[in-house]
Amino acid sequence: MADQKIAAYVCQGCGLGERLDTKALAQIAKTDGKAHLVREHAFLCNADGVATIQKDIEEGVTHIAIAACSRRAKTEAFYFPAVAMSRANLREGVIWVRPIGDEHQETTQEMAQDYVRMACAEAKKLVQPEGSTTAERNNTVLVVGGGITGMTAALEASKTGYQVVLVEKTGQLGGWAGQLWKRVAFKEPFADPADTGVEAMIAAIQTDKNIKVYLNATIAKTDGAPGRFMIDIATESGSVSQEHVGAIVQASGFTLYDMEKLPELGGGKSPHVVDQAGLEVLAKRAAGGAIKRADGSEVKTVVFVQCAGQRDETGKHLSYCSGTCCNTSIKQAMYFKDQNPDVDTVVIYDDLRTPGNGEDFYRSAQRKGVTFTKGKVSSVEANGSGLKVVFNDLILGDQNATIDTDLVVLATGQVPNSGVNIDPSKLETETEAAAEFKQISILNLNYRQGPDVPQLKQGFVDSHFICFPYESRRTGIYPAGPVRRPMDIAQAMEDATGATMKAIQAIENAAVGRAAHPRSGDLSFPIVRIEGCTQCKRCTVECPFGAIDENEKGYPVFNESRCRRCGTCMGACPVRVISFENYSVDSVGSQIKAVDIPDEFQEKPRILILACENDAYPALDMAGMNRNTYSAYVRVIPVRCLGSVNLIWVTDALNSGYDGVMMMGCKHGDNYQCHFVKGSEIASQRLSKIDDTLKSLNLEPERVQNFEVAIADIERVPQLINDYAAKIQEIGMSPFKF
Amino acid sequence: MTEVVATNQTILVVGGGISGMTAALEAAECGKDVVLLEKNPALGGRVSQLYRYFPKLCHPTCGLEINLRRLKGSRRIRTLTMAEVTGITGQKGDYTVSVKLSPRYVNENCTACGECGKAVTAEIPNAFNYNLNKIKAAYIPNAMAYPMRYVLDPSIIGTPEADKAKAACKYDAIDLDMKEETIQIKAGAVVWATGWQPYDAAKIQPYGYDRFANVITSVEFERLADPHGPTGGKILRPSDGKEAKNVAFIQCAGSRDENHLRHCSRICCMASLKQTNYVTEKFGDEGKSTIYYIDIRAIDRFEDFYQKVKANPNVKFIKSKVAKIVEDEKTGNPICHGVDTEGYHRYATEHDLVVLAIGMAPSVPAGMIPMDIVADSSGFIQLDEANGGLFGAGCATNALDVNRAVQSATASALRAIQVVNQVARAEA
Repeated sequence: MADQKIAAYVCQGCGLGERLDTKALAQIAKTDGKAHLVREHAFLCNADGVATIQKDIEEGVTHIAIAACSRRAKTEAFYFPAVAMSRANLREGVIWVRPIGDEHQETTQEMAQDYVRMACAEAKKLVQPEGSTTAERNNTVLVVGGGITGMTAALEASKTGYQVVLVEKTGQLGGWAGQLWKRVAFKEPFADPADTGVEAMIAAIQTDKNIKVYLNATIAKTDGAPGRFMIDIATESGSVSQEHVGAIVQASGFTLYDMEKLPELGGGKSPHVVDQAGLEVLAKRAAGGAIKRADGSEVKTVVFVQCAGQRDETGKHLSYCSGTCCNTSIKQAMYFKDQNPDVDTVVIYDDLRTPGNGEDFYRSAQRKGVTFTKGKVSSVEANGSGLKVVFNDLILGDQNATIDTDLVVLATGQVPNSGVNIDPSKLETETEAAAEFKQISILNLNYRQGPDVPQLKQGFVDSHFICFPYESRRTGIYPAGPVRRPMDIAQAMEDATGATMKAIQAIENAAVGRAAHPRSGDLSFPIVRIEGCTQCKRCTVECPFGAIDENEKGYPVFNESRCRRCGTCMGACPVRVISFENYSVDSVGSQIKAVDIPDEFQEKPRILILACENDAYPALDMAGMNRNTYSAYVRVIPVRCLGSVNLIWVTDALNSGYDGVMMMGCKHGDNYQCHFVKGSEIASQRLSKIDDTLKSLNLEPERVQNFEVAIADIERVPQLINDYAAKIQEIGMSPFKF
Repeated sequence: MTEVVATNQTILVVGGGISGMTAALEAAECGKDVVLLEKNPALGGRVSQLYRYFPKLCHPTCGLEINLRRLKGSRRIRTLTMAEVTGITGQKGDYTVSVKLSPRYVNENCTACGECGKAVTAEIPNAFNYNLNKIKAAYIPNAMAYPMRYVLDPSIIGTPEADKAKAACKYDAIDLDMKEETIQIKAGAVVWATGWQPYDAAKIQPYGYDRFANVITSVEFERLADPHGPTGGKILRPSDGKEAKNVAFIQCAGSRDENHLRHCSRICCMASLKQTNYVTEKFGDEGKSTIYYIDIRAIDRFEDFYQKVKANPNVKFIKSKVAKIVEDEKTGNPICHGVDTEGYHRYATEHDLVVLAIGMAPSVPAGMIPMDIVADSSGFIQLDEANGGLFGAGCATNALDVNRAVQSATASALRAIQVVNQVARAEA
């Protein structure tokens, strides 16, 4: 670029001046780094240092390389949004990880010099992004599902000042909560069943001018991206309406596990064995009076069987606990006790699970005379006009304990209505089943990667569910309520409010072209040089967020507002036509090439480390803070995600004489820790194919290795590095040095 | 005087743990101005003191790193550490909040180079490690601290130690004249995210937490397992530094008990199940864990995790509330006494270490908030119109795991936005 003016700043503070020859570093920035302006400063992050940089920027500097501490440190001081900036990590990355002593001086200085070269090389390749010019604003939230979760989302969005389109597949709002006689206590003193509040919510929605309701309607097609979704809504009459929305809350709820799958517990075999929904029907019918069975007789004894078809170790039923059924059975036992204390109510449970104030609700039930028995029910059989429950009494040790009862309630669990799960690797074969998917799909996304939000193994939608529970794998689409994890009304309402928050934020982000979590605020987006594209489809298949579609010719179509800026597409592209303004094949590649490779007779190996910037890189920084030393032969480059690593970086490194490459990324698999979900997994898949490349170069397979590194590995990472450096020295220098 | 620009369209978030940070970030990333207060010298809160999370066994600092990067990148959040709310006046849409700022004695010139820490010899208990070890009286709160800036403990102010620290600093970062100050901050809405504290274990008299060195709490056990902790990640018991290979976990320590905490603290079963993994991680088959429980509350998808732990032959489950603990005077081993309710057997079982799965109490019970607040009997804030523009978030509202705390915090951010949007509409 003709008008590039690069300035490099070498800090002498924090011991850098004493440990390193900063004058030599400044010289390197000028000669090798080709910086137009180079300054040394005794204390670069102080007011004077910052003012110096600011003044240079005002006088025309366009790119800066700061050779000082880690990019994670002193971010308030080194904040220059007008220019592109790189950081050479001389403190945490060099002097703090190197032992003091003359014998180490030369290699430590070389390390610092390379980081200066790398920072200058990187700065040149960066463009400060100004944001997309195609960003669109649409202030409407689509809420899919009119149960308690969906109704809450709609009302909360309206209250915040946004429009809502609410789509409900049945003929009325209310969902599961609408079928209840009462709900579990949710306020002090947590003692009695409470009104559901559903009717008041329905009334509020009907009078809310911001909320447009479609009943008997489903989503026939979801097209577009955050800020510009186009939704086809199919109604029972066969007509299709189109709505334009900015973001989506998916509140599609759950279905009770089918009790007919539990014949041994009498499910489907006796009218007097009901599930929790069946009991609500009876309670509603009784309307506060005595609860009667289907045959009209009054219930005198009732047994609640907890974990029916849940917590199942055989693989036949649900493996998880639904978390809500204990409280629901307690509530239902109270229906009987509150009306007539003489009714016998027995809850047979394995572990009673009433977290938080549920404990008070449990106590209240004990006071009301509900009996709780720890046991496992083996069968429910007809016994005259009643039923016989056989169970293993775990307290008394009686394996064949029995209770005769009028009614049995099976606490079956919640099965999420999460639609179709798509494993991208099966995409091609599964398209044949597209018609079937359309039936069960909730969103019918017109996305390359399938019609719904990807799921975890139990069918709940996938998210980074501890720290960032709302971050689904489809930007701008926020699942809420029992579709995300089993939950009760109180939790679902809280969850709906949180999901609405995220939907509104997605609208605001899309309106200005900003990235959503975790690179919040990033204004860059993937730029593709389409004339170079070979239509290989790797980017469209590998994107963890389904951001890329294909046009009819098989070229990728990027949807910026769906993109999380992880760079997995950039890593996938064999012809390297995908880049970001502030992160590209070139911006990393030129750092790799900037490193000075000593000839083989010097016996100084060079090892490239490509480190996940969120976990491995901070671990390295903190190792430095702890003064855990490691080899001076490594050169670390932080990457957005291992998924963004293009194999050209690895082959370039090997071709230019590096002796080894270490990739450091996050754990993958079921308990993945990658913040881009699939990035580290994809990287290891790609890497498994590098052996051929190594063979063709006649190199040992150990020259490229992948390591799972967590942020807490402050002791382990230096050890990994040192072990690897030793191994490389054992193998010997690369034959590719010039 | 510390200057804070805030209006009645500003959202004030009280508490800089994962809930407070989440509320602040979600609101800021929606274009709102936020002031974030934290009473400690660094953000991160209690989860940053955990070694691993259940059920993924990932590290809390990983999420913290992301949140800190979001925070560093946001120009809409003003963070004040060592800050405590002392008064709230006004009403929804128009609050004035008095905030006491304690002196750090270190200004923003600090580069965290560490020279002051080297110069000072005085030591203080390390609060980050639940006082299990000591640190210098000039210290960085922890390796992930934000702001990454040293703190001088008030105990050395006015002593030669403080002068040593000042003399060692090349960057003019130490300011021994800093004084406590109280400032007024305007806000339209307040998110109260002050989190939880472990119930005072000494109050559970029969367990002898205050008498027996080898009876510790679950939060302390986290620090023993953490490489940043007092033992560098080795599970060494306090009395003699011996490896604790036979560990007892006592559930409901304080929880589900009307004499202590009446609620179930929700997280403790999962925390103990997780901690049995630490024992296995460090000692392999030599590490033995015993869980004494009433009900194992591995709620919803966490059931999987419970099943995995159950399959570990080195973990034993005993359905029993331990009646009392005595100490073997010679070995220092704690001995758990009680009755196994499955079959009614009496036991007296010796362990190397007992970990009390300690319950969650609100850090600031609602009665201590300088405003009338509708709360439950444990002092957790309820969602109620009567609370005006103050919204509880995270463990200030209930005993929650991280996932639910983040949910709650995200919801509270929206409630706060609703208030400031209303103010904005009224003023437009």
